[in-house]
Amino acid sequence: MPIKAEPLVVNIGPQHPSTHGVFRMRVTLDGELITDAEMVIGYLHRSMEKLAEERTWTQNIPFTDRMDYLAAMTGNFAYCITVERLAGIEVPERAEYLRVIFAELQRIASHAMANGTFVNDCGAWQTPLLYMFKEREKILDLFEMTCGARLTLNYMRIGGVAFDIPDEFMPQLKGLVDELPDRFDEYDQLLVDNEILLMRSRDIGVLSAEQAMNASLSGPMLRGSGVAWDVRKGDPYGIYDRFEFDIPVGHNGDCFDRFMVRMAEVRQSLRIIKQAMKQLPPGKICADVPLNFRPPEGEIYSRIESPKGELGYYLVSDGGPFPYRFHVRSPSLINLSALKDMVVGQTVADAIVTLGSIDINVGEVDR
Amino acid sequence: MALLANWYDLRDLGNPVARLIEALQDAGLSGGWIFAITGLLGAIGILSFVGVAAVIDIWIERRLIARIQVRRGPNRAGPFGLLQPIADAIKLIQKEALQPDAADGIMFTLAPIVIFIPAILAFAVLPWGEHMILADLNVGVLFILALGSTTTIIIFMAGYASNNKFALLGSMRVIAMLISYELPTVLALLGVVLFASTMSLSGIVAFQETHWVWLIFLQPLAFLIFLLGSTAELGRTPADIAEAESEIVAGFHIEYSGMKFGLFYAVELVNVVAVSAIIATLFLGGWWTFGLETFVPGWMIFIGKLYAVYFIFIWFRGTLPRFRVDQLMAFAWKVLLPLSIVNVLLVALEVFIWTEYELSAGLVLPIFGIVNFALAGALIVGFGKAMTRNMERFPKRPRLVADIDVPLPEPSTG
Repeated sequence: MPIKAEPLVVNIGPQHPSTHGVFRMRVTLDGELITDAEMVIGYLHRSMEKLAEERTWTQNIPFTDRMDYLAAMTGNFAYCITVERLAGIEVPERAEYLRVIFAELQRIASHAMANGTFVNDCGAWQTPLLYMFKEREKILDLFEMTCGARLTLNYMRIGGVAFDIPDEFMPQLKGLVDELPDRFDEYDQLLVDNEILLMRSRDIGVLSAEQAMNASLSGPMLRGSGVAWDVRKGDPYGIYDRFEFDIPVGHNGDCFDRFMVRMAEVRQSLRIIKQAMKQLPPGKICADVPLNFRPPEGEIYSRIESPKGELGYYLVSDGGPFPYRFHVRSPSLINLSALKDMVVGQTVADAIVTLGSIDINVGEVDR
Repeated sequence: MALLANWYDLRDLGNPVARLIEALQDAGLSGGWIFAITGLLGAIGILSFVGVAAVIDIWIERRLIARIQVRRGPNRAGPFGLLQPIADAIKLIQKEALQPDAADGIMFTLAPIVIFIPAILAFAVLPWGEHMILADLNVGVLFILALGSTTTIIIFMAGYASNNKFALLGSMRVIAMLISYELPTVLALLGVVLFASTMSLSGIVAFQETHWVWLIFLQPLAFLIFLLGSTAELGRTPADIAEAESEIVAGFHIEYSGMKFGLFYAVELVNVVAVSAIIATLFLGGWWTFGLETFVPGWMIFIGKLYAVYFIFIWFRGTLPRFRVDQLMAFAWKVLLPLSIVNVLLVALEVFIWTEYELSAGLVLPIFGIVNFALAGALIVGFGKAMTRNMERFPKRPRLVADIDVPLPEPSTG
C-alpha cells in the first residue's frame, strides 16, 4: 500500500521570534528541506507614503524616523538631502559634518543590532545580542544628549540639523571612538573563531555577484556577494568625498560574508567619524529655510547609503506646501526579494539564519 | 531511644535510617514492612530534594545566564530575586491551560505528567553518600541509560498529540537526535563500566575510592563524549534543536500553556540535575573526594559536584550557538561514535593487560591515565581540524577595496 504523503506547509511568522517584526514566510517542507517559499508582507503597513502627501515638507521628517526605526538618523538624512537638492538649498559646513558623524554612529548602532540578532538567529540564546546592545546603548546615549530622543530621533531639518552638539558631546564621542575598536576586536575573537557559527553560516544563503546585482540588492548584501559598490563612493552625497575609507567586500556571498562585512564596516565608520571630528568647523547649523517652505515644481530621486543599503527618496513637488508624491526606495524591501532564491533547497534552520543575515526591518519593508 | 541517639550525625543520613530499621526490627515487624517504610522515606527524601532543586535551579540558571549576558537577572521578588521561581509558579498555575481542538486530549494531558517519571527514577539508583542509596541495583548504569531512552517516547507523545506543525517538526528532530546520541553515550559509559568491572553505581564509586582516582582522569574521552552526548539528550544549547526558539519557536511544547508548560520547564531542570548527578557519580567520584568526605558529609560533596557540572551546562547555554539538525547528527555519527569506539577498544586492551599480567593498580593506572589523556587530546584536535576543513576555503575577513569596481550608472541629477 503506498503511503499517502503531503507536503508540509508551515507559516513562519507573522508572529515568530526570528522574523524581525511581523514578516511572514510561508514555506513548503519536505522533512526539514524547504521546497518552496513564499514571502508575505504588509503586516506593518502604515501607508506612510500616502500620509506624507498631506503633511508639509518639514512635517514629513518624523515619518522617516519610523520607517527604519533602527536607523532613524539615516532616514532623516536621505529625506532632507533629497528635499535640499530639489529646492537647491545650501547646507552649512558644520551641519554637513554633524550629519556625517551622526549617520555613521547610526550605522554602527544598526550593524551592531544586525549582527547581534544574526547570531541570535544562529541559536546563541541572546548573549551576543545583549553584548551588541551594550555598545549600541552608548551611541544612543550620544543621540539622547544631542536631540533628546534615542530611537525616533527627528534630528535633521531641511537645510541642516535641529540642535548643535552640547559641550560634553565631543569628549564622550572621543572616548567611544577609542573604545569601540577594542570592544569589536573582543567580539571578533568570541564570534568569528567559533566553529559552530562558521558551520552555521558558511555556504548558507549563497548569492553570486550576478544574482545580487540582478535582484538590485544594495548595502552589505551586495558587498557580501563580492561587488564593491557603495553609494558613499559611487555617488557621493553631502561631504562624503572628503573622507578616506575602504569598502569591505565578501568572498563567497554567504551569510558569514555578510556578517563579516558588517563587522568590517563598523571599523570603517569609526574611521570616518575620526576624520570628521578633526575637521568639524564652527558656524551655523542650519540654513535659513522659511517656515512655509515650498520647493519649486519638479521631481527628484536621490539616494544615500543607509546601514541596510541604498535608501532613496523619489519626491515630486507641484510647488505647493505638500509633496505631490512621496516614494521611498527602501533597501529592506528590495534586499528581501532575494530571499526566495537563497532559501529554497535549504533547511528551516538555514532559512532563519539567511533571513537574519539580510537584516530587514519590517517597518521599512511595509512602510 | 536508639533512633534519636545519633540523629545529629549529618555525615551519613543513612545512619538514622539504619537506626530506624533496627527500631522496626525490635518492634517485630516483618521484612516486607521494613522495606516498604524505609523505601517510602527515601523516596520522600529524594522527591523533596528534586522539588526544591528544580525551584532553586530556575533562579540559579537565570541569574548565571544574566551574568554571562551582562544583565542583572531577576532581582525584584524577594532578596536577590530568590522568590522569583515561586512567583513564576503562581503565575503559571493561574493561567488557563489551553488545549487545541485538534489535539489528542489524553496524550496531550498525559505527556507533561509522565515525563517526570524517568527524570525522578534516575535519582533512585544514585549513591548520595556511603550508605545513602535508595536502590543499589547491580545494573544501575543500564537502568539509567534505559530511563534516558524512554524520554524520547514521551517527548514524541507531546509533540505528536499537539497536532501542530512546529511541534511535529520538533518531535521528529528529538527522535532523530536522541537515537543518534544514545550510541556514543552508551559506548562512553561502557569504558567506565569496563574499568570498574561493575554496573552498580555504588560499585563504581567504590572502585574510585579503592584506587584513589576519579574516573575522569582515566577516562577523559568518555567524560567529554558523555558530556556532549548528554547535552544533546537534555536538549540544551548547542543541541537545543528540539525546541530551537529561533527556528521552530518552542518545538514539541509549543501548544502547552499554564502549568502544563511549567511542568515541561521544570522537568528540563530536573533532567539537568539528574545528568549532572550521573556525571558526578561516574566520573567525579560521587560522594568520595580524596578523604574530604571524613570531614564533610558525603551528600554535601555530592551535591556540590552536581552543581559544578550543572554550571558547565549553564555555561554552554550562555555562550554557544546552535547546531543545525544534520550537523548535530553528523557530529554524533562521524565524531562521537568513532571516538567512543576507539575509547572502548583502548580500555578493553588496558583492562586486559592489567588483569592478565596481574599488575599492581598503583603502577598501571597512572600510565593508563597519561596514555588516555594524550590520545583524547590528539583525537579531539584531529577531529576538530577535520570538521572545519571545508570552512577554511575562503578567508574570514572581507577584503578591503579603496574604490568602487562596478560600472557606474548615470549619475543622478539634482
